[in-house]
Amino acid sequence: MELIQRLRAGDEQAFVVLVRRYHDSMIRLASSFVPSRAVAEEVVQDTWMGVVRGIGNFEGRSSLRTWLFRILVNRARTAGTRERRSVAIGDAEPAVDPSRFDEAGAWLSPPEQWIEEADDRLRSGKLAGRIRSAIEELPARQREVVTLRDVEGLSSDEVCHVLEITDGNQRVLLHRGRSRVRQVLETEFGRA
Amino acid sequence: MRLGIMARRREIVCQQAVELVTDYLEGALPSAARRRFERHLAGCPHCTEYLAQMRATIELAGRVTADDLTPQMQDEFIALYRQWRAEPEPPGD
Repeated sequence: MELIQRLRAGDEQAFVVLVRRYHDSMIRLASSFVPSRAVAEEVVQDTWMGVVRGIGNFEGRSSLRTWLFRILVNRARTAGTRERRSVAIGDAEPAVDPSRFDEAGAWLSPPEQWIEEADDRLRSGKLAGRIRSAIEELPARQREVVTLRDVEGLSSDEVCHVLEITDGNQRVLLHRGRSRVRQVLETEFGRA
Repeated sequence: MRLGIMARRREIVCQQAVELVTDYLEGALPSAARRRFERHLAGCPHCTEYLAQMRATIELAGRVTADDLTPQMQDEFIALYRQWRAEPEPPGD
């Protein structure tokens, strides 16, 4: 039986599957809207309650995870005190430090190689923590988009729906977030 | 003045190319801009490497796994679940 049907039927193991899969991601996402881990945990628990009580109303028009994240973001926004700066999008933030290009805009200090090195480290398990912290260090709005798109694997449409942002803003935030994470990996593992 | 120089004026430079990577990967570049970006890559090993690194960054982010619940948290969630199912409407809501 599908997870949704099992949830509707009140199967508590299905609920455990869902919580194990998404709880940690939801805490991370909620943390970007609220001032503390404790508030994030409250928001997530409140979301789970909403999910349990509302599963009968879930119509399946969006995916289950999109529905989950959408409930979470709505509740996190209500609980959040952080002012969401709409001007943040307009702030200039180059993907690569301008000093790495010459006057004509060509690479002066080209990207250092790191892909193979990162692959080796990933296999030995050392890299996962660094990538995770690089994502956690992103500015909140970039972190939200990168987490949903690249860690959770939502589509751009799903992310726009969950965060209530335009496709254009989603791409700008994604671009800045990914560019910063790439730079962290280059700094950490790069060799000229 | 060579014609080649005139033609090149419309080409992009590396510093512009790195800003187009996400739009390119998202399929959001208009076709002329997409062709210009690909022409730049064809002649620029550094930007080709940069694009590969952005792809690798995305792929590595996708391998970040969530922390699992502790057995104690699982028990707590099961208890909460039973409570929520038992009283479908929160008191005073």
